[in-house]
Amino acid sequence: MNNLAPDCVPSFARGHRLREDVVRGVWVIQAPEKALIADPTAAAVLQLVDGQVSVHEIIDRLAAAYDAPREVIAGDVDALLTDLVERKVLAI
Amino acid sequence: MSTPSPPMSLLAELTHRCPLACPYCSNPLELERRTAELDTATWKRVLDEAAALGVLQAHFSGGEPMARSDLVELVAHARSRDLYTNLITSGVMLDATRLQALAEAGLDHVQLSFQDVDEAGAERIGGLRGAQAKKLTAARLVAAEGIPLTLNFVVHRLNVERVPAMITLARELGASRVEIAHTQYYGWGLKNRGALLPTREQLEEATAAVEAARRAYGPTLVIDYVTPDYYADQPKPCMGGWGQRFVNISPSGRVLPCHAAETIPGVIFPNVRDESLSAIWNDAPLFTLFRGTEWMPEPCRSCALKETDWGGCRCQALALTGDAANTDPVCSLSPFHNRVKAAVEEQRENEFLYRRYENIPEFS
Repeated sequence: MNNLAPDCVPSFARGHRLREDVVRGVWVIQAPEKALIADPTAAAVLQLVDGQVSVHEIIDRLAAAYDAPREVIAGDVDALLTDLVERKVLAI
Repeated sequence: MSTPSPPMSLLAELTHRCPLACPYCSNPLELERRTAELDTATWKRVLDEAAALGVLQAHFSGGEPMARSDLVELVAHARSRDLYTNLITSGVMLDATRLQALAEAGLDHVQLSFQDVDEAGAERIGGLRGAQAKKLTAARLVAAEGIPLTLNFVVHRLNVERVPAMITLARELGASRVEIAHTQYYGWGLKNRGALLPTREQLEEATAAVEAARRAYGPTLVIDYVTPDYYADQPKPCMGGWGQRFVNISPSGRVLPCHAAETIPGVIFPNVRDESLSAIWNDAPLFTLFRGTEWMPEPCRSCALKETDWGGCRCQALALTGDAANTDPVCSLSPFHNRVKAAVEEQRENEFLYRRYENIPEFS
């Protein structure tokens, strides 16, 4: 059971950004007074979050890129995005 | 010795000039003058070097950073290097035009200081009439623009009873975070400790108020709470360890491991005018002096917590024991712990010394 509607379009909330930290070799979510490390899976999802692309399309693109079952990817994407919406890192 | 991990955060103290005169200011007693300040080109180079070194966040502070006419240019430059930009301001120089320019430059976050919720109390601490109304206006402008806002309250004996109202004000003004930070006793704060240090009962009430507000607001309002370590038995991991996560640059370009490091005697303060930031971070004696655990005396050296608290605060050890290499006397294992216990028992005073250029103590 997914929490987010497939056609909703996530974007980073103001003051929150994803960037690659090339010095440390990780992706980080920059936020007020903190930087959260995005693991490789989260980084792959969040690089597609641009305020234009729907959840449905993010899942499609990842399923194609990683040649993985769509329902598995859908569950991971939904869990990650739902968590970040609750934490106000993302807005939908 | 291997190359140390790079810093996460840069605190750019653009100027020590400030319209306010708070008696707990984190600036050193020997305030730097305008004529000593770095120029715009040097600050831009420093931001380039910081980003290349691995800094992720640039905090623009002061003094009052809005007293610098190149603030917008520096914020834009930091953003062009993908640094997260935070403005730490009193708000008294913020108007709609300058906020718009900062927003267009890409400013990510604003931390706005309030001295109190009570206007008379606030303006007595800040020493500037009319400041409170300007701060309220500034907060509303930031919230209306949509930039994430944190309200910062420094609390002490004279305002600590109003912690619940401070949190309510943050909520009303649309802040997503509020910092309730007890005064830290260095520099000006240490000079004014007799007037500012709360009683244990006041501390306990404030802590309970913060906990109650956290329960009431949940994740909708993040409350950062910093306690006064004079009432603790274990030291704080000051700056996350000396020269490990944080670098501070003074208005004249001195590179420091913390705000108060200029009190450390017998060491040269490296300057970005003379060397690159990475050379200073990696190798300057000021940074290697207390980095890691090799420098530690007992009881730190054999302590299981030595990589948890990093021996506490070097500047506090210096201020209270006379030697920066001692264990922070906040630690109950420190042979000087009685000095901290004695300070909390001292008779409180009602007068304090404002942080102003004309009040800089004379040094012989």
